[in-house]
Amino acid sequence: MLGVALRHRFGRDGFTIDASFKAPGDGVTALFGPSGCGKSTILAAVAGLLRPDEGRVTLDDAVLLDTARRVCLAPERRRCGVVFQEARLFPHLSVEANLRYGLKRAPHDATGPGFEAVVALLGIAQLLPRRPGRLSGGERQRVALGRALLSRPRLLLMDEPLAALDAARRAEVLPFLARLRDAARIPILYVTHALDEVDALADRLVLLEAGRVVAEGSVEDLTARTDLPLAARRDAGVLVGCTVRSVQDGLATLDFEGGTLVTTSRPGPPGTRLRARLRARDVAVATEQPRGISTQNILPVTLVAIDEGTEAGEVFLRLAAGPTTLLARITRESVARLQLRPGITVWALVKAVTFDHRVVRQVAAHTPPGRGEIPT
Amino acid sequence: MTAWLSAEEWQAVRLSLDVATRSVAGSLLPAVAVAWVLTRLRFPGRALLDALVHLPLVVPPVVVGWGLLMLFGIRGPIGAPLHEWFGVRLVFTTDGAALATAVMSFPLIVRSVRLGLENVDQGLEAAARTLGAGPVDRFLTVTLPLMSPGILAGAVTAFAAGLGEFGAVITFASNIPGQTQTLPLAIYAATQTPGGEATAARLALVSFGLAVSGLLLAELIARRMHLWLGRG
Repeated sequence: MLGVALRHRFGRDGFTIDASFKAPGDGVTALFGPSGCGKSTILAAVAGLLRPDEGRVTLDDAVLLDTARRVCLAPERRRCGVVFQEARLFPHLSVEANLRYGLKRAPHDATGPGFEAVVALLGIAQLLPRRPGRLSGGERQRVALGRALLSRPRLLLMDEPLAALDAARRAEVLPFLARLRDAARIPILYVTHALDEVDALADRLVLLEAGRVVAEGSVEDLTARTDLPLAARRDAGVLVGCTVRSVQDGLATLDFEGGTLVTTSRPGPPGTRLRARLRARDVAVATEQPRGISTQNILPVTLVAIDEGTEAGEVFLRLAAGPTTLLARITRESVARLQLRPGITVWALVKAVTFDHRVVRQVAAHTPPGRGEIPT
Repeated sequence: MTAWLSAEEWQAVRLSLDVATRSVAGSLLPAVAVAWVLTRLRFPGRALLDALVHLPLVVPPVVVGWGLLMLFGIRGPIGAPLHEWFGVRLVFTTDGAALATAVMSFPLIVRSVRLGLENVDQGLEAAARTLGAGPVDRFLTVTLPLMSPGILAGAVTAFAAGLGEFGAVITFASNIPGQTQTLPLAIYAATQTPGGEATAARLALVSFGLAVSGLLLAELIARRMHLWLGRG
């Protein structure tokens, strides 16, 4: 368990960070927020590269920072592996020497995946003798991931590790990040402002705005809320955990708690666990079961609440499909016309083709390499 | 070469190489330390130290030599204890010539080392810290290798410049053949001697050749180093 509580002010009357949150023993906690909200600063303070005015950072029973008790462990003694936005590989060392740099300096009793295992995990065996200057951006970032993991850290910190890459390189590195997440078995703090990285990697979300924590919780819970800045995004919608039941004729059937979904995207073989982002704008409702309609997913749901929308004339419908909450973004006019009110049963309509490859991501923990790739 | 240069001339060439080598060897470590302090630390008096280091570049060399004479002379505040306690005498010796040369070329090395150090991405040092490297460890494994082109360039430049140091050497160490008479001093002496024109010309040619090879060598080393550092 990582516990963070920080207060830091830049300049005399500058930007202030006042944030506290917790991250559980393993899995990915994403610090999510717009640029300049202080998320990278928080990460630097956890790593020890920045000393905040006040704060306390604890990792299990180790105190990394406690300004009240004048404890401030040097970064080299915190055992926090950091992956920076720019890979920061040592240019004068080979890839192999880079990978071994942290490994050599790790405490002898520290455990973690071995050199060969990490090299195989990240697919960098053929790069070992090369110099970082001769690598592509994606390759560099994969080596940086390996170097951080091989330093046998107690905590992995990732500062927008994909932000400096173009779309193709991001798609190349993202599956490796997912594999590393599953192999690491340590908490990972992941700073990002890209929602698709949250969808693909994060278990928990800490939402930041202007240096403050707006909300924290599981990704599923937070994406189902309509009172957060997340809801204002046009791609807002609930993340639903699913399991692939079958794939036939280009259609995949996904089970989730409370129903099934049909999608045309290729999510992987049966048994694959994944997350579907059901964007609120892609969900329509009907008061009677529609007939003669192309929409594949027609789910009976209970209308739980009608929440304020983020645009004039719009509302969010909060729908319950069993234990799963769905959001639908519809017009206020439709609410009046259909006489929608909490408690009634309606049909939620979701087109199968709205699950494109950008919104269905592989999150299976033990998928063999090669099958866990994101369909393109 | 011995056939072309007379024994005395050859002696001046060797002495010049010797003095320049000693001066660079002696000033390299302090120069790296001073460059690091000036680049990385912020403290009161930093501007003063910076000015002090650069003084030999702007003050007439004769004045530097005179200053050294005052400080390191047999009765000077540093020279006296050196002589009394350790029996070391710097005035009118080869070591004295090397000291004068070192003081004169010190700013050259410091400037070059600073340039090299400023080129080192501090993000890499931060990365080394997060990987468990302490201060000395990361200086030796990251900072030093990455700033080494600057150090080498500084050393070669200082060596080439040291071969030709005149004013400070003649003031502090005097012009003693075989002891302190380096190339430029020998050339000067030759021009003051009737019939010394040929000697002066030969030594000037040697001096020119050494300087040019020094600069070419520096360029070559810099290129090799950048390749080695993966910047090529």
